[in-house]
Amino acid sequence: MQNPNTDRELILNAIRQNLPQQQVEHPAIPVFARPGRPLKPDFERNLQEAGGAAHDLKSPAEVQAKLEALHPGAKVVCSAVPEISGTRRAESVQDPHELADVDVGVVRAQFGVAESGAVWLTQEDLVVDGLAFLSQHLIVLLDPEQIVPDMHEAYRRVQLNETAYGCFMMGPSATADIEATLVHGAQGVRSLNVFFLPPV
Amino acid sequence: MATQTEATNPVPFSQGMKIGLFIPCYIDLIYPEVGIATLELLERFGLDVGFPLDQTCCGQPMSNSGDEVNAAAAERLFIENFKTYDYIVGPAGSCVKQVRCHFDKLEQTEDVRHVRQGTYELVEFLHDILKVDSFPWAEFQHPVALHNSCSSIRGLGIAKPSEIMGPAFDKTADLLSKVKGLVLVPVDRPDDCCGFGGTFCVTDEAVSARMGLDKAHDHIRHGAEYVVSPDMSCLMHQQGIARRAGLDLKYIHVAQVLNGGPF
Amino acid sequence: MGSAKQVDPAVAAEQFIIRDKVHEPMHDRFLWAVMQRRDREAAAIPEWEELREIASQIKEHTLTHLDRYLEEFEANATRRGAHVHWAVDAAGHNEAVHSILRDHGVTELIKSKSMLQEECGMTPYLEHRGVKVTESDLGERIQQLDHQPPSHIVFPAIHKTRQDVAQLFARTIGTDPNHDDPHFLTEEMRNNARPRFLAAGAGMTGGNFAIAETGTFVVCTNEGNADIGAAVPPLHIASIGIEKMIPRVEDMGVFLRLLARSAEGAPLTQYSSHFTGPRKGGELHIVLVDNGRSRRLGMLDFWHSLKCIRCGACMNTCPVYRRSGGLAYGATYSGPIGVILDPTFDEFKYSELPFHSSLCGSCSDVCPVKIDISDQILKWRRVMAQKGYLPFAKRVSFAVAGHVFGHPEEYHAVEKIAEPAVAHAPHFLLYNRSLNPWTRDRELPQLARQTFREWYLANRSTHAKPEHRS
Repeated sequence: MQNPNTDRELILNAIRQNLPQQQVEHPAIPVFARPGRPLKPDFERNLQEAGGAAHDLKSPAEVQAKLEALHPGAKVVCSAVPEISGTRRAESVQDPHELADVDVGVVRAQFGVAESGAVWLTQEDLVVDGLAFLSQHLIVLLDPEQIVPDMHEAYRRVQLNETAYGCFMMGPSATADIEATLVHGAQGVRSLNVFFLPPV
Repeated sequence: MATQTEATNPVPFSQGMKIGLFIPCYIDLIYPEVGIATLELLERFGLDVGFPLDQTCCGQPMSNSGDEVNAAAAERLFIENFKTYDYIVGPAGSCVKQVRCHFDKLEQTEDVRHVRQGTYELVEFLHDILKVDSFPWAEFQHPVALHNSCSSIRGLGIAKPSEIMGPAFDKTADLLSKVKGLVLVPVDRPDDCCGFGGTFCVTDEAVSARMGLDKAHDHIRHGAEYVVSPDMSCLMHQQGIARRAGLDLKYIHVAQVLNGGPF
Repeated sequence: MGSAKQVDPAVAAEQFIIRDKVHEPMHDRFLWAVMQRRDREAAAIPEWEELREIASQIKEHTLTHLDRYLEEFEANATRRGAHVHWAVDAAGHNEAVHSILRDHGVTELIKSKSMLQEECGMTPYLEHRGVKVTESDLGERIQQLDHQPPSHIVFPAIHKTRQDVAQLFARTIGTDPNHDDPHFLTEEMRNNARPRFLAAGAGMTGGNFAIAETGTFVVCTNEGNADIGAAVPPLHIASIGIEKMIPRVEDMGVFLRLLARSAEGAPLTQYSSHFTGPRKGGELHIVLVDNGRSRRLGMLDFWHSLKCIRCGACMNTCPVYRRSGGLAYGATYSGPIGVILDPTFDEFKYSELPFHSSLCGSCSDVCPVKIDISDQILKWRRVMAQKGYLPFAKRVSFAVAGHVFGHPEEYHAVEKIAEPAVAHAPHFLLYNRSLNPWTRDRELPQLARQTFREWYLANRSTHAKPEHRS
């Protein structure tokens, strides 16, 4: 028996006393019709709209070259993927504060969402959550076959029971808080590039 | 009762029916020509139109401020005046909305239900009930900005609000498109409120005036000479603003255009 | 919260308008542009109106079973290792947060935007107890440095110009006052905030949604600031209003498709983060807060306001809000949603807010969860009238007008004997004792020489009242 004077019981009892009489059923969410066009162009266009960019690459070597071309001055490249060794392995990070000096983080997303250009990344993909935020720039590997049309489908894919942290990331950090002017790199990453490359 | 949009008079219209002409107090006092145009226009269609002489006000100023107690006498009088008519037609969206949507605090007798369901704004009556397809007597050789009032759009559903997704429609524009010579100019913010809002225009004078001035500039920027509306109350406010600001815009009711005057 | 002086939004809005020729037009233009983007994004979703209806039903379903879903959420979050706390009111919330911080010896806190923490007055409470609190959202940080509350629930500093921000930053973080490029100012704040993220002993967030099925809460930001706060310090505390529950993971698809499109005209916010239990090596505390919500649930006319997902679309579309600025509302929540939420905290103090609306109805049409905002504003006016909170002038004149309008013989007598000054204005404009409000920015309409009624009597002599409906 719960103590009736705890905040928990006070709140739950107040709710029970005040529950509206009206009973509303939980609605079924229909499967919405989708145009049959390929999803990748939509994904790329929406990612670009969100301030990101996508690149088609054929091999880990091309990924490495593209990384260097995009971020020529990068000193610390922290990688959570096998395709790129980087200068630091994400698995070696003991404490997220160690990521404060990272120039480029490299991770692999589980899937992308065409209607927004977002990618789904979990704690397991990032190894250390902070990698996606303290890094100055982020590179996200994505299998071009792993794109779902919309958020309904996306939520059928996510497994919240299996991860403490998961995030739909749509392009880089952004703000429009000063005179509604869009600026990228407000607090998190300044750029986000998606590299299309199936896993090895 | 939540906002109701479409009128729902269960009595199908037929030609011999009695139409009650609802002329809101400010039209009676300030814009009698709008009342005349409305009456003449309805008479052109061979309708039997009566004007209950004891009408005063629909109670909107009080009701709109939440003062149902002081609105009640006017609302009850309205029911008494109009309960014997089959359809009640008024050239004023916000006053019709008051009757249809906000007579909900009165006891819902058969008369009250009948009057609420049978009261139509002029445009929707012409468009939905009479289904008028031409106004051969009307001609208007001027660029016109259309101002559908918020009550008409979001209260009565005479046009699609920009916020709601779906196929666009505009019953007022439909009717005006049948008037020879009339050109509707597109504006930047066709259904952004002009700031009249009943008592709001005096209790919140600065905001109301700014909204009205923005509206007038939108109209003049797009080359309108006339602003035409199914709601003269909005126009009374906009006209006051435009005159003070020295903007050369003329304001008339849609009934005057469709009837070919009086102006 | 005690009944302080009444807030007067009309006067405050007037100050915003007459301040200069820059702030109000800019504010209106920016938010109108957001609305245009919102309309374009919504129009691109064929099932938009269906989504709104489903979202509304999910929220209504959850709220009518709220006790069950809260218990389910608590059980699942606890199972995943989160510590769940409950707070009846703002004081309880603040005490709970402070006690967690004290137990962990935390003296520096980095927080992301949370309207609930704002509502609870948490920052001043913690600062009085020696905790250094830093807002990490740029707009919130600007407002914190300026000692102002947020003026908009999505764009907290939208009422400020870039020059305002440049001068504020010059005063507070030492930047060049003449350098007002938003890119520069944003970069300066990034550099100022980064060490604070690294030094903070705890990160605080709010929660946009709490999923009962998994014990997850979802936080949506554009800057990624909430995620840094959650990912870097060892302790994460989230404040979540009890109305934020939704039943299933699947429901999130509906809400995330609506939220950012409604809020800012984008398909999503840049980051939609899902927290289920503590991160690896971290500790997670969730404070579930009532603060008047359970009472609101029992208000027949007003409980639908609990459906709100805080997108701010009603503010962006509101023609009155756009000309007033959010600070004019003198309350945590501004704009149309504020008008219907704030009086539930203090009816007298916020009794004027329901009158700060032209009742255009756009807020109800734009709301992604279909709250009948405009109807509720009118219902709040009724409450204020019944409580006797209508301004005196309005009360007396309505009593007179109500009587006259109910008696046609008196009405027509008044029409005839009207004084010349009165004869220039329609009756319903005369409720205020003075005509000044109408004439300050408008010419008075001229009374016609002959009323319609007089014309009718002269021109339609055969008029006869029908006896019966056909």
